[in-house]
Amino acid sequence: MDFEPKILGFLCNWCSYAGADLAGVSRMQYPPNIRVIRVMCSGRIDPQFIFEALRVGADGVIVLGCHLGDCHYLEGNYEAEKKFDMVKRFLKLINFDNRVRLDWVSASEGARYAQVITEFTDHIKALGPSPIGGDNPDKKILNNLKAIEDAASGDRMRALVGRERKITEQENVYGEQVDLEKFNKVFDSAIVEEYQRHRILVSLEEDTKSIKSLAAELEIDPSVVLEHIVCLKSRGQIDFGEFMGITPMFFKM
Amino acid sequence: MSEKKDKDVRVGVFVCSCGSNIGGLIDVKEVAEYAKSLPNVVFTQDNLYTCSETGLAQIKKGVTEHNLNRVVVASCTPRTHEPLFRETIKDVGLNEYLFQFVNIRDQCTWVHMKYPHEALEKAKEVIRMGVAKVSKLEALENIVVDATPTAMVIGGGVSGITSALSLANQGFETHLVEKDAQLGGKLNVLNKLFPTGQDASELLESLKERVKNNSNLTVYTSAKVTNIEGFVGNYEVEVQQNGKTTNLKIGVIVVAVGASLLTPTGKFGYDGKKRITQYELEEKLKNNDVKANNIVMIQCVGARNDERKYCSNVCCMSALKNALLIKEKNPDANITILFRDLYTPGTLYEEYYRRAREAGVIFLSYKLEKEPIVEENTIKVYNEYIGEEISVPYDLLVLSTPLIANDGNKELAQMLKVPLEENKFFLEAHVKLRPMDFATDGVFICGAAKWPVDITESITQGYAAAGRASTIISHDTIEVEGATSFLPDYNRDLCTGCEVCINVCPYKAISKNEDDEIVITQVLCKGCGVCGATCTNHAIIIRHFTDEQILSEIYAFGGS
Repeated sequence: MDFEPKILGFLCNWCSYAGADLAGVSRMQYPPNIRVIRVMCSGRIDPQFIFEALRVGADGVIVLGCHLGDCHYLEGNYEAEKKFDMVKRFLKLINFDNRVRLDWVSASEGARYAQVITEFTDHIKALGPSPIGGDNPDKKILNNLKAIEDAASGDRMRALVGRERKITEQENVYGEQVDLEKFNKVFDSAIVEEYQRHRILVSLEEDTKSIKSLAAELEIDPSVVLEHIVCLKSRGQIDFGEFMGITPMFFKM
Repeated sequence: MSEKKDKDVRVGVFVCSCGSNIGGLIDVKEVAEYAKSLPNVVFTQDNLYTCSETGLAQIKKGVTEHNLNRVVVASCTPRTHEPLFRETIKDVGLNEYLFQFVNIRDQCTWVHMKYPHEALEKAKEVIRMGVAKVSKLEALENIVVDATPTAMVIGGGVSGITSALSLANQGFETHLVEKDAQLGGKLNVLNKLFPTGQDASELLESLKERVKNNSNLTVYTSAKVTNIEGFVGNYEVEVQQNGKTTNLKIGVIVVAVGASLLTPTGKFGYDGKKRITQYELEEKLKNNDVKANNIVMIQCVGARNDERKYCSNVCCMSALKNALLIKEKNPDANITILFRDLYTPGTLYEEYYRRAREAGVIFLSYKLEKEPIVEENTIKVYNEYIGEEISVPYDLLVLSTPLIANDGNKELAQMLKVPLEENKFFLEAHVKLRPMDFATDGVFICGAAKWPVDITESITQGYAAAGRASTIISHDTIEVEGATSFLPDYNRDLCTGCEVCINVCPYKAISKNEDDEIVITQVLCKGCGVCGATCTNHAIIIRHFTDEQILSEIYAFGGS
């Protein structure tokens, strides 16, 4: 049997949802795989929603908003773009970034809506089923996705993405405008750090572990694991319990 | 599937057949039967037309007899019918927010006509998602605020004057702000108006007379709106006039700033003398100053191209009108109109075109890829029908340039917190459903500020915007949507005071008070939800679209 992907779409009320309705009124046909959640603005899409959709088995997730400059709420889609950009960078770490898409469909673009959905459905069909969908999800990827979701939900990433437009387009608290390239550097290293830290946390949920075993399991250099452990301990997210011989064993708080 | 039920939640699901629009493709009885198996659902029913009198009565009966406290309607689209069903459940004592619309027509049966089986499965799944969401919905109250019964119209052209007069005639204290020294806008320049042939000055004088005699209307000329604070029913507007500042308390604002005309600098040898714009021709005609005998007009100059994709709407008619006026005075004049497409909609305008042809005006088409070449005294235009270049002599060249957005639009849009579209014209809330409104409550739009329109349309829209504006200030209080952003007391501890929400709010609805605490002014909030998706510590709740509610839809999508 052909693979029929499960696709979830988040549509903004004013443009893309209206565009989807127009596709209907115009009887434009597209594949029946998509299920839609209506929100008022694409800027409402919390990164968590996309990760959760993937976690519960979506083969693809598409976010649609008004064209840039045409947002019903002035600039909500610019915020959506920044958040989605972060989601994609995170998902790249587990090779899932091609399962999500952000695009713009206006209220008058019924044909475009049908086309975007058809293309995305075909694209996901070609990719094949999500390794974490179905009855036998890949545990390792699922754990890594959880780490990503936790990392993106943490205040560090949310503060960075929430302030991105202000500090790269206007100024930071010191009155300086931060170069986008410089910002991206900071952003990318924060993504990798937070991802690894949360992988450690996810792993420690199972059992208490040593730095060495964490390093081996997560395939991260032990010295890097140690740095993360120090940070996580200072944040009060982990602590060490008993010693195995002279090796400290860490657990999640 | 989880059989876990939310305490005391009783959901009713009504599945509409919409005649054969839905029922023709999928079995609505089967869908309704399926819905019965969903958590919290205690009653389901399929209707031929849920939106009919009978259908609405069935909803009311269902709510009363089965003690429902949540209602789902699976039907066309919430964008047209949600208000009706909300009203219906309100009539039987349910809070209107305890309603969820599920779209199984516009986004299901109409678009999967060749896949009845898949469409049926999709309908069931989206209803499952809708039931999951409705189970988590909470009752909300609309916010009630006082309304100041005053209006401000920004822009004193024909549309603005009409709107202001209409509001003032309804008894509202109205303030009309015009940037120029006198009222009238483009009417000051225009010669005669199509399709009546009336003198523009005659219309303008009559409008001015009515403005002068209206005691409810205050006019500010050579004036500018410099600051706008507040919200619907309660705006505080600062107007600068000759260095003097006036502060006004305003209930509603109508934007009627009109548009500007493109000056075709460097195009087709434009010089403002021998080669002028259609707008400049109006002035010449008014002053009886057209001496030329060979006149060529070029349409769509700087319009409908890559830079400006839109059609300016008024230029075809202006050209036809002016060509006829010249012909009336001087029947021997040779007039050639070079066009790309001619738009003369309706009987009156088409009649104009026929008359111009009968009068001997020559129409030659050209292509954007092969624009006419303007030489000192002749124009060369390639004609695709004969496959040759035609030379037309001229002693007056008239360029029809489009209306373009005013430079000041951006500044005003920022003050009003309303959007502009890609060509920097003002963007209405919805092109069909709310054409005179902005998404921001209490602000309205009319005339060429929105899109190039002629005088007739400017007047129509002026009345329309006044009508919409008066629906607000004719009441002492106004209700605004309760689905807003919200920082509940029990989440106060989560708030770190990072101010990211303040940065991302486009409506300045979030601020800090003297105690350095985040305050959300509900009435300013439009419910976009950006602050909720951004809040670094998940403290802000977006009512009616809470994390929990959206996640419940996602989980129902996943199958649990």
